[in-house]
Formats: sequence, C-alpha cells, structure tokens
Amino acid sequence: MAEYRLMKGNEVIAEAAIRFGCDGYFGYPITPQSEIMETLMLRKPWEETGMVVLQAESEVAAINMVYGGAACGKKVLTSSSSPGISLKQEGITYIAGAELPCVIVNVVRGGPGLGTIQPAQSDYFQAVKGGGHGDYRLIVLAPASVQEMNDFVGLGFDLAFKYRNPVMILSDGVIGQMMEKVQLGDFKPRWTDAEIIKMHGSWATTGKTPDRKHNIITSLELDSYRQEKFNHKLTAKYKTISENEVRFEEISCEDAEYLFIAYGSSSRICQKAIELARAKGIKVGLLRPITLFPYPTKKIQSMLSKLKGILAVEMSAGQMVEDVRLAVEGKVPVEHFGRFGGVIPTPNEVVQALEEQIIKRK
Amino acid sequence: MAEINEIIKPENLVYAKSKVLTDNVMSYCPGCTHGVVHKLIAEVIEEMDIQEKTIGVCPVGCSVLAYNFLDIDWQQAAHGRAPAVATAVARLKPEKIVFAYQGDGDLASIGTAEIIHACNRGENMVVIFINNGIYGMTGGQMAPTTLEGMPTSTSPYGRDIKMTGHPLRITELIAQLPGTNFVTRQAAHTPASVRKCKKAIRKAFDNVAAKKGTSFIEVVSTCSSGWKLSPVKSNEWMVEHMFPFYKLGDLKDE
Amino acid sequence: MAKVKGAIKVDDEKCKGCSLCVVACPQKVISLAKEVNGKGYNYAYMANPDECTGCTNCAMVCPDSVITVYRLKSQVEA
Repeated sequence: MAEYRLMKGNEVIAEAAIRFGCDGYFGYPITPQSEIMETLMLRKPWEETGMVVLQAESEVAAINMVYGGAACGKKVLTSSSSPGISLKQEGITYIAGAELPCVIVNVVRGGPGLGTIQPAQSDYFQAVKGGGHGDYRLIVLAPASVQEMNDFVGLGFDLAFKYRNPVMILSDGVIGQMMEKVQLGDFKPRWTDAEIIKMHGSWATTGKTPDRKHNIITSLELDSYRQEKFNHKLTAKYKTISENEVRFEEISCEDAEYLFIAYGSSSRICQKAIELARAKGIKVGLLRPITLFPYPTKKIQSMLSKLKGILAVEMSAGQMVEDVRLAVEGKVPVEHFGRFGGVIPTPNEVVQALEEQIIKRK
Repeated sequence: MAEINEIIKPENLVYAKSKVLTDNVMSYCPGCTHGVVHKLIAEVIEEMDIQEKTIGVCPVGCSVLAYNFLDIDWQQAAHGRAPAVATAVARLKPEKIVFAYQGDGDLASIGTAEIIHACNRGENMVVIFINNGIYGMTGGQMAPTTLEGMPTSTSPYGRDIKMTGHPLRITELIAQLPGTNFVTRQAAHTPASVRKCKKAIRKAFDNVAAKKGTSFIEVVSTCSSGWKLSPVKSNEWMVEHMFPFYKLGDLKDE
Repeated sequence: MAKVKGAIKVDDEKCKGCSLCVVACPQKVISLAKEVNGKGYNYAYMANPDECTGCTNCAMVCPDSVITVYRLKSQVEA
C-alpha cells in the first residue's frame, strides 16, 4: 500500500536513500541542506538496512569517501549546497574520470562566494557545463517538488549505474526546505556482495580473485593517445545519454504562442504566471526541463514553428538561457528573466517580464 | 659455473619475488624506497594469504602507479585524499583489509586534514607513509617534511624555516590521536631495517585484520633523483641527516 | 667448517643498477657489470660467486625485486 507523508524536500532525500537501498551517505553540514544528514542520523539506518552514514571533516573528504565507496560498487550519496559543492568539484571530476556511479545533491543557495543561505539557481553552469576540470558531464536532474526529490534519488542511482557516471540532483533552497505530501517508495534491499560482484565485478574493487585481473579505479592516463581515446569514449557515452535520457514536462503548451522555459522552483512560479497571463488572454505555456544535462534541445527546436518568443525564467543572472539560445539558434526571440541572490521572483513579475521583454518587443 | 648451476635449482630456492607483485617493471628511479616498501607489502599480503581481501588506495605522486605493481584491487585517490577514500572502503567493506599508501607531500601537506581525521576516527586501515622530505614526481620541490637548510627546487638556497616553517613530524601528531593503535617510524635501507620494516607492516595488517583501528607506518625514505645523490649516497645522507630529526622506532603500540 | 654455498640470479633486463645490493652484500659478492642492459643500466651480477652464502640480504634491499636467491640446504645444516 502506498505510504504518504508530509515531509521537507531535504528530509525526503534521506528517507528515499534508505528506501532505495543506498549503502552509504557521506556529508558535511551546510545550510540549506543540513536536514539530509540530520534526518539520516536520527533515522539510524545502519540499524535497519546497514547503510553507513558518516559526517566527514569537510566536503572534500566527503566526496572522496563517495569515490571510495562508489569504487567498491556501492550506492553512495553525498549532499551539499553551493559553496560546499565548489569544494567537491575536485572529487567530482575524479569520479567522472574514473567512471564511477554516485548521486550528489546540491541544494543551491545564492552566490558567488559565501553568498546567501537563501534559494537560488545560480549553479547551473557549474552543474551542467562541468564544474571541475577536464572534459566531462554530469547527468543533472532538476526536481520541482518534494515528490521529485524522492523519486530522483532512485532514478539518479539507476542512471548513475547504467552509465557509470555521477548524477547530480540540482535542487534549491525552496525545494529543499518546503514541505509537501510525498508518496514514499517501497523498501528495496541493499545489494548483496554477490549481487555487486555479478553486476559490477568487472570494474569494482571487490577484491581480486584468481579468476580475474585486478581491478583498478583511476582517472590517470599518462599516454596522450590513450587519454584521447578515453575522452572519445566519454564523449560517446554523453552522446548516448543525450539521445536516451532527456526528460521534460510540458504545461499548457498545446496552443501556446509564448513559452516559459524554467526548471525547479522557477517552474512552479511559472505555472502560476501561466494562469495570470492566460487570464489576460496571453497564450503562454511552460517547458520544464527535468534533465538539465542532457538538455531538451531537440524538444525546444520542435516547438519553435508555433512560438513568437521564449522567456527563460531562472533564479540566476542568466545561465540556462544560454542553452535555450543554443537550441533556438536565433529563430525566435529569447529573453531571460531572473531574480537572484536569494530573491524569489513573483508570478506577477514573470508575467510582466513576458509582456515587456517579449510581447511588446519591437 | 657448473657449481652455480648446481645451486640454482628450485629445491634450493630461498628468496624469490612475491607472487603478489606483477611482472611490470617499476616506474621508480634506481634505488627508490617505494620499490622496497611495495615488495614488503606484497610479501605480507602473500604470507597472510589476503590477496582477495586487500584493497589498496594509492596517492598522487610517484607512487600513483603503485596499482601497476601489486596484483590486488586498487583505487587511485586524488592528491591527499587517500585516507578519505580508504575510510569509505573500511566502512562499506568491513570484511576487507584496506591500506592507504601516501607520500609526504600527499599526507603531510595537501592531505593533512584527511589523515588527521581518519586517524582520529580510528578508521580500521593501514597507512603507509613514505617520507623522503621532497616532492619526487613533480621534480624535487620542498615538502612540509624537508629538513631545515635542505636544498630543493623551490628552496634552492636551503629551506629557510623563517620563511616556510619547520619540517613537520606528522607521525608524532598522529601518535597523539586515540584512534591510532600502532604508530611507528621505520626505514628500509639495510637488510636489518628492511626486516624490521616488514615486521611492522605485518603487525599493521594483523591489527587491521583484528579490527584494532588505524595502524600508521612512516618509512623514512630516499629520493636520489630529488636529492641529486646516488642511491648509495642517498642512504648515507638519510642516515646522517634524516634519522637525527626523524627518529626511528615505535611511537605507539597498544 | 663446511662453507654455506649460495647463489643469486639477477633479472638483468629489469635491474636498474642502483648498487644497493652491492653494499648490502656482507661477502662482497656482487658488482655492477661493465655491460649495460636494454635500458642502459649496468646491472648487478655475481663477481665473486664463490663467496655467496645465500643470505638474501641483496634481495631484501633490492627495490625492483630482480634478485632470486638459492642456497644449498644440506650445507646450511652442516
């Protein structure tokens, strides 16, 4: 029977991790996401499922613990917020370079620097374009509800292991802190050692047995030609991901002449803005990218013939809008509207921006 | 020669390369202590019959390629982060025996936080710490362990402690932490010291098998390329200059 | 007194000629060859094979594990 609860977005990440058979969580406190580790510590999953929960000495240590756990073929999770995610970037690029699966939650706050503890979406570039050094991509999932915070933990691990690639859940302080009704998942047992060896024994450090060569987890390649070959392999993987894993939601798009493109909490504000705009006779819809990498580029392109203009709404000074422009290639007007630094836009502001920046545009 | 051929027969074999070492030629410079310590770890793993149970975590530095030389499963960690990586292995795979292998730049400089906290938590792991007072891989730069007055490529006139601080005896710090149960400083430059060093490594692995927490072994080592001395002269220099500051022996054995 | 007879075999292609075995040998059995191996190293060899006791000291200190040691067991017992 389905189990419903009223929970905070952050709390549900913890609950979902336990229920999805996560083996380990390694984190470090930072606002506005500390409830994730607090909930885990209160829940004591080590007594229930054997899941390890450890408060590390830093975000740097936490992400490297994730590296070590993922390298054993375990389902491991870490979470942080923007400044902490910056600290994790070294570990994240090593994880990507060593092709390890893991889930990283970023409950974004405003920046740059220490910035603000209030919600923002100003880590889009960092999440989607790399963040750390080298040619790599994260699979980036953008939840817009507490329910999706729950669902994307499971989806994140599925994708992470399917592609042996780190997955980032790019949330923000709104989704992390707000409470909503959530349908929790059924309990899935953690993988046994035998299951891990069967599924991931070809690469994971499960202990060298006489029947196989030793497994080495590394991102080092001193030979340039072999490194280039490896980069080609990664690029091919990202292409496969781009072809198969694009996820989005369309709202009121059937007759839309104008389009909001927004993810996460901005997309919720846009839903209200659609109501307000349609009451004024403006036919506007919403495309909500659920995956930010891969980005719904082809979907946007398929909608252009019916559109008079697009407004990218995000709580940043203009980051995702660049991907919209890359998709649109100048075929229809694209503008950006954002409030940032921890300020959340109102639906009225969004409608006003649509009218002034797109509709009245000469 | 006929006599030698009579001696070189399988039944007379008294010492051969450990089966846990691979056939790859080690990438280290002639006379490098890494090779000796790798061999000792391999011998201990072979003697304890724990090849399937052992997970190694290697660092950034010359021994980044350690995974090519010991035939066990390995994880290569980011610079200084081996203790954090090994922590996860120790926690998530408690049935395994995990060891972190680090140099002095890796452990005592960029990875100071990770090693202190892993040891303080008493993570059930072996830490092998190779201290040659220099960054070898990057070309002989000053390390936190570089002795006062010792010339390196970033302290060409000798380490000036007023400018760069004192050489760090991190093993003494580690020994203060309740999470550690065995902390020792060894060397591997003579047959006798090699035998002692191996005993220490064996003890550390036994401790981890018995889940006693962190066992920490510093091996005072040479870097003939970085020190710009022959391997034999490097050993002499180490005895004369390193040993008075980095005194050999057990700092803690509980 | 029966003399302990030993011998070593050096993997001379993998030897890097570091000389640590030369100084570790209590019997001064080992020298570096005048010839070089494929890598250009003067490799270790038994210059005075008669003196080798098979004590394994050379192999102990060898960083590249290229020395295998043999010893006549019967004479060890004697």
